[in-house]
Amino acid sequence: MAAGSISQTAIAQPRISGAPRHSALVRITHWITTLAFLALLVTGVEILISHPRFYWGETGNVLTAPLFKIPIPASRDMVPTGYGYTLPDQNGWSRYLHFESAWVLVLTGLLYGVFGFVSGHFRRNLLPARSGLSWPQLAQQLRLKRASPGGGSSYNPLQRLTYLLVIFVLVPLVIWTGLDMSPAFTSAFPSAVTALGGRQSARTLHFFVSVLLVGFLFIHVLMIFLAGFWPRVRAMITGRAEQEERA
Amino acid sequence: MSISRRNLITTGIATVAGASGLAVAAKLARRYGLIPPDGGGLYGPGETLTYAAQRILTRHSMAREFRPGQISKPPFANEVDPLGDEFKRLQDGGFADWRLAVDGMVTRPASFSLAELKSFPRRSQITLIACEEGWSYIAEWTGVPLSHILDLAGTSPQARYVVYRSIQPVWWESIDMADALHPQTLVAHGLNGGELPVPLGGPLRMRVPRQLGYKSVKYITRLTVTDSLKSFGKGLGSASPEGGYAWYAGI
Repeated sequence: MAAGSISQTAIAQPRISGAPRHSALVRITHWITTLAFLALLVTGVEILISHPRFYWGETGNVLTAPLFKIPIPASRDMVPTGYGYTLPDQNGWSRYLHFESAWVLVLTGLLYGVFGFVSGHFRRNLLPARSGLSWPQLAQQLRLKRASPGGGSSYNPLQRLTYLLVIFVLVPLVIWTGLDMSPAFTSAFPSAVTALGGRQSARTLHFFVSVLLVGFLFIHVLMIFLAGFWPRVRAMITGRAEQEERA
Repeated sequence: MSISRRNLITTGIATVAGASGLAVAAKLARRYGLIPPDGGGLYGPGETLTYAAQRILTRHSMAREFRPGQISKPPFANEVDPLGDEFKRLQDGGFADWRLAVDGMVTRPASFSLAELKSFPRRSQITLIACEEGWSYIAEWTGVPLSHILDLAGTSPQARYVVYRSIQPVWWESIDMADALHPQTLVAHGLNGGELPVPLGGPLRMRVPRQLGYKSVKYITRLTVTDSLKSFGKGLGSASPEGGYAWYAGI
């Protein structure tokens, strides 16, 4: 299938021969997002270690009591960490790459979002059926029942809810709280930051949402291992779960 | 892989449209001054997107101002490099001989004493200063709007940037005219109702509240108005990109 296959989907349909498990656009945006997310994660940690203290409200510095501290050494010697040394300072390129990756994530996300609504990808593949949303059923799905490598052509309601939470809640929140740390952005949209309690509140929330996203990444990769690593990864690269003999 | 003719044509048209779209965008960005001086290299696309997007959104927007009750006490003074003999000599004289020179693309190059600067119209504003490390504090800054000093010197219509230097030679920065002429951009000489303390940049500090703290250079002595940053340092706009940091610090 070439790029023109984007309107054909995907996992909820019976897998008739020729229909990919993931459409081309989902596959491409998935891997671009993966790269951008990993770059954001590494650079985010680098930026964090220059001041591993968190506050609430508008202001916070080493003269202020923190809400909490991360018990690690810092890359700047003004921060009292209790360690007798400082880590190498990598803030410059980390900030450059953090924002560049954020642009990649935002632009890819917009493309994916428009595609998701227009093609019916969200409705068909991610919106759970109302009948599947009872607590006992969701609890049942938490037991990580191992799917056969080729099977499980559709996501269960718990998976669907998780993906929707990441796409429509956590990613928008991490962008929002990130932008709130921009003095130029908040000059144009002051209520974006005051609604959250201030700049330091936004920074603290940015950290917590990032932790949740990393938690999602771990569970996501764990599930792929449980379901059969290579067939799932192959499906996200080529669109197909199995190596099919094509006529 | 089956590639139909229609797919091929669609992909071809999309590629050509995308490429010419990018070319047009780059041309427009250059014409409207939306490419930062460090807009080349690996991080250039990201920097250009950030600077262009924020310039379009924030050309006239005002930095948030706060209530007197929100002022941080005491303000946090970040560490500064050792101040040299010249600074100590001026400090011993109560900064009476501190001067701010204005040169470059101006019709009336000038040099103002601290006393003259303090006699100019002043503006006080309670704003937040945030460091790229993550910390922040709020203070009331008092100073002369940079636009007033530029008006006195007679800035050329071709001016695009103002370069400012510290008595510490490693610190020099520049801002575009949108920030230079912005009413909240101050040549600050007062803090929280008193003199600007030396650890916080006294006697004279640039204060650019819509950008991070490292653009608010301490101990400034000279302003240079220019239409190009190519001939300053390595041509990246300021000392920050030479040290690995973005020239534009609005984020």
